Amino acid sequence: MIVNTNTIYDLAAQGKRLDGRSLTDYRTPVQIETSISWTAEGSARVQIGSTIVMAGVKLSLEKPYNDTPNEGGITINAELLPLSSSEYESGPPGIKAIELARVVDRGIRESKAIDLKKLCIAPGEKAWFVMVDLITINDAGNLYDVAGLAALAALKSAFFPKIDPETGAILYKEKTAVPLPLVKEPLPITIYKINGKLFVDPTKEEEETYEARLTVASDPDGTLSAIQKGGDMPLTVDEIAQIIDLALTKAAFLRGILTTHYGKALHH
Amino acid sequence: MSTILVQERAIVVPGEALAEGMDYLPGDNTYREQERIYSKVLGLVSLSGRVLKITPLAGPYIPKIDDKIIAKVTDITMSGWRVDTATAYSAMLNVKDASSRFIKKEEDLSQILAIGDYLVVGIINVTSQNLIDVTMRAPGLHKIEGGRIIEINCQKVPRVIGKQGSMISLLKEKTGCDITVGQNGLVWIKGSTPEQERRVESAIRLIELKSHLEGLTEKVEKFLSEVQ
Repeated sequence: MIVNTNTIYDLAAQGKRLDGRSLTDYRTPVQIETSISWTAEGSARVQIGSTIVMAGVKLSLEKPYNDTPNEGGITINAELLPLSSSEYESGPPGIKAIELARVVDRGIRESKAIDLKKLCIAPGEKAWFVMVDLITINDAGNLYDVAGLAALAALKSAFFPKIDPETGAILYKEKTAVPLPLVKEPLPITIYKINGKLFVDPTKEEEETYEARLTVASDPDGTLSAIQKGGDMPLTVDEIAQIIDLALTKAAFLRGILTTHYGKALHH
Repeated sequence: MSTILVQERAIVVPGEALAEGMDYLPGDNTYREQERIYSKVLGLVSLSGRVLKITPLAGPYIPKIDDKIIAKVTDITMSGWRVDTATAYSAMLNVKDASSRFIKKEEDLSQILAIGDYLVVGIINVTSQNLIDVTMRAPGLHKIEGGRIIEINCQKVPRVIGKQGSMISLLKEKTGCDITVGQNGLVWIKGSTPEQERRVESAIRLIELKSHLEGLTEKVEKFLSEVQ
């Protein structure tokens, strides 16, 4: 909506937003549910405002790649379901779905969050391969943060399945008590620039207005593992520094909610 | 002997039997099959005399002559503009209906209305094939500038306007915002501050949510006095 786009742009100059939030506030509620699927090894459903993403983790035994014979692998795949927005069509993934998957993938891969060596069972022959599927249920803006949080929550909830000692087949219906070797917990936060101001958690309309965005993936200790820029306009060095600081505080906020969720989950 | 099978103001689904026997008559959004009257839509039952009617709770907007709607310019043609009406059918805005002044043949139409502009237009004709003609040559019809546009369920439009415009006057009076409600479910709100626009938006969301309940105006009045 061009009317709303113009209004969002004008309001940004005064540091205001169309929905009355401050520029750096997340929408409410921020909700995390894990182990929502019986068939996946790990799964999560994350909701921020009315944006909802589900993530599932599947594990399979494959032959390792020739250049890394003693390592398993990780693949992240995103699907923008037609049900989540009128913009999306079924069929092969489009540029938006590929970018979403790659931005989430990069944070996890480059931080070496999963110890891939521990996934190896027999070097050169057999290793666990982790497949994360991200599925959008509703896109009301800011899929990056929601998908990133869903992927992390799902990986945290994943346990290896049992293997039949005689045939070597995977018994997907029986889980062991061994979690994925998740050594770090990277979380990507995307900050948008609209009319020179920095926005957190944009709505769909704000996403149509932005000039540039930067996704910053970081660990709990503040180590950056990946940065990816999007949008047509440039960012200054100063802005990038501000974005990184903002992304770190926002990552701590979402991480707090994730920790609270796991704290609760342990009590059950 | 005729019997009515549902209560007044009950929520019914399509295909639900409403009454049995020939003493009742099928009204809006209902149909008769042999002895029984059924609902065509999801809605609330209302009985006036012997006529059974359903007030729909959801469903698309059906264009009607003389309706005021909010539309978006999607294309510029030789003779005018094609506009999106937020329905299954687009509409045509002819050059002669766009402005009260004379538009010369060689004029650049994109200078008058550009693609992406939102307009308050009136429907002047709907054919049996759903070809729609709209006009901007009447009082209150204009191009939209500033403010915000929100989308609501078009079946709730009469509730947002209220009896003789009572609800809309209440909203305007309490917030000082300029509000235009299009019959197609698009609402344009323009106020002096974004906070006032936001108040109107949340009040309209409340109306949408509670429109089937009684005492709606009082609820909205209370809401507006609480949320400043």
